[in-house]
Amino acid sequence: MKIKGKVWKFGDNIDTDLIIPARYLNTSDPAELAKHCMEDADPAFASKVSKGDIIVAGKNFGCGSSREHAPIAIKAAGVSAVVAPSFARIFYRNAFNMGLPIFECPEAAAAIEEGHEVEIDGDTGTITDLTTGETFKAQPIPPFMQSLIADGGLIPHIMKKRKAA
Amino acid sequence: MARPMTIAEKILAAHAGLEEVSPGQLVEVDVDMALGNDITAPIAIKIFRGTGVESVFDKEKIALVADHFTPNKDIKSAEQAKMLRDFALEQGIVHHYDGGEAGVEHVLLPERGLVLPGDVVIGADSHTCTYGALGAFSTGVGSTDLAATMITGKTWFKVPESIKFVYTGQLGEWVSGKDLILYTIGRIGVDGALYKAMEFTGPVIERLPMAERFTMSNMAIEAGGKVGLINPDQVTLDYVKGRARREFTPHVSDTGAEYSEVVEIDCTSIEPQVAFPHLPENTKGVSEARDVKIDQVVIGSCTNGRIEDLEVAERVLRGRKVAKGVRLIVLPATPAVYGEALARGYIKSFLDAGAIVGPPTCGPCLGGHMGILAAGERAVATTNRNFVGRMGHPESEVYLANPAVAAASAVLGRIGSPDEL
Repeated sequence: MKIKGKVWKFGDNIDTDLIIPARYLNTSDPAELAKHCMEDADPAFASKVSKGDIIVAGKNFGCGSSREHAPIAIKAAGVSAVVAPSFARIFYRNAFNMGLPIFECPEAAAAIEEGHEVEIDGDTGTITDLTTGETFKAQPIPPFMQSLIADGGLIPHIMKKRKAA
Repeated sequence: MARPMTIAEKILAAHAGLEEVSPGQLVEVDVDMALGNDITAPIAIKIFRGTGVESVFDKEKIALVADHFTPNKDIKSAEQAKMLRDFALEQGIVHHYDGGEAGVEHVLLPERGLVLPGDVVIGADSHTCTYGALGAFSTGVGSTDLAATMITGKTWFKVPESIKFVYTGQLGEWVSGKDLILYTIGRIGVDGALYKAMEFTGPVIERLPMAERFTMSNMAIEAGGKVGLINPDQVTLDYVKGRARREFTPHVSDTGAEYSEVVEIDCTSIEPQVAFPHLPENTKGVSEARDVKIDQVVIGSCTNGRIEDLEVAERVLRGRKVAKGVRLIVLPATPAVYGEALARGYIKSFLDAGAIVGPPTCGPCLGGHMGILAAGERAVATTNRNFVGRMGHPESEVYLANPAVAAASAVLGRIGSPDEL
C-alpha cells in the first residue's frame, strides 16, 4: 500500500469534537460528515483538502468521544492517512476497523511541515518527506491489526472466522 | 497458582478462559453487556444489517439507549432514535430504553443492575468506562466494534498495563470525587494514562460513596485511560444488592500485582477543582477561578447527574436565587433520579431558585440541544469535557466543576465556591 499526498498540519490533542462537532452527529452519512471535517479547528479545511492529502498532527490525536463519525469524516473528506506521535485508543481502534490508515511516528510528526509532499509505504511504515528528502520509520503495525487490514477490516475478519467455524 | 494480577488482568483472564494474562497480550473475551446510543448504534445497526446475519448473539446482553439527542431535537435525530426502536423490536432486544424510560446511559445501566462487578462491558460511547466504579472491565469502542460484538458476543483487547492511584488524607468541605479525578487529570495530563488501566485505590476511595466513584471512573477516558477501575468492596455490593438480576463474580487486585506506575495523591490540601477551557487537564483550584464571569450553568450528565449530585446542588441553591443574566439548567440523569428529586422537594427548590429543570438527556454536554452556548458565552458544567465548541459555538467556553461549585457559581454569576455565599 503506497500513499502519497500533500500535508495539512494540526497540533496536539486534536479531539473528536474538533474532527467532527457533535452538532452534525444527527447523521452518519459519510458525504455529509465530510463537509464538516475539522471544522472547529480550521473552518476552511473541508473546502481546501484534496483527495489523497495527509494529516500530520501532534500527540493524542482523536482524543475524546468514541464516535466513529470522526475517522469516517476524515476518510470521506479524501484524507488518505494520518501521521501523529500517538493516537487516543478508541480512535486508533476505529481507524483500523473502518479502514483509515494511521501511523505513529513522533519524528515525522515533528519534522514534516504543512504543504510538503509526503509518501508513505504502508507495508514497511516508511514515511518519506518528498519536499526535503528526509525519511522516517513509523511504529510497526501490530500483527493482529495487520490481519484486520488483510481481511479488509474488522467485520470481514469476523465474518471470515464465522464461516470457517 | 497464577502470578499475582491486577483487577483488570483478572477480569480479562476470566473472560478469555485463561488462568493468567500479562500486559501486551492480545485476548479475545466474552462480553457481558454491549451498549449503543442514538448516535453510535445507527452505524452499528447498518453494519449489522450489511452482514446478512439474522440475529444478535444474545438479546439480553445488548443495551440500546436513546439519550443523546432525545427528546428528538430534529428530524434527523428522530430518524436515528427510530432506527434503534425498529432494530430493538425486530431483534427482541430486552434492554431498549426510549421515551419516558430513557435516561443518561451510564447512570441508567448501573441503576437498573445491567452492569455488575467482574463484567466485561463494551459501549459505543467513550464514557462506558464509568462502570469501572463497580469493578467491571468496561470501555468505550466504536460502532464497528459494537456491531462485531452484537454478532459474536466477543471482542478483543490488548491487556493494558495498570497505573495505581493511591488517594490518602482527608477531603475538605465541598471536595468530591469530581475534584479528585479533575486533580488527577491535571496532574498526569489528557494522555497521561493512554492505553492503560487506571486503578483508583487508597483510604479515600474506600470511604467514597458509590455516586462519587462513578464520577471518578467516568472521567478515566479524559486521561486517555482504557478503564478506570475501583476494586469492589462492601460499598459496591450494597449498591448492586437488589439491582442485580444475574450471577456475577467480583474480582480484586492481588497483593503483589505489577503496576507500570504508582501515583500517590494526598487529598488533604486539594480544594474544589475547575478545569479551564479547552482541555480537562487545565485544572486550577476554585479560588483561582473567581474572576470568571458566566452566562450558563449545567448540572447533570453521566458524570454528575445522580441524585447525590442534585442533593448537593439543592443544598447550595435552597432559598437562594440564580444571578440575573445566568441560565441554570438542571437535568436529572434518569427518570428514577428525576422522581426521587421530585419526592424530596429538590425540583421545587431548583424552580424557586430560578433554574430550568429539563428531562433526562445528554443534550447540552455535547452541544446537542437544551442549552447551547452563543459565541463568547461561558458555562460552568458538571459534565466531563470542555473542548472547543463542546457546548455550542466554537468561540464559547466550558469550565468543568463539581455540583456544589456549579450551583454556587449560578448564584454568584461568576465561578465561585459555596463558602462565598
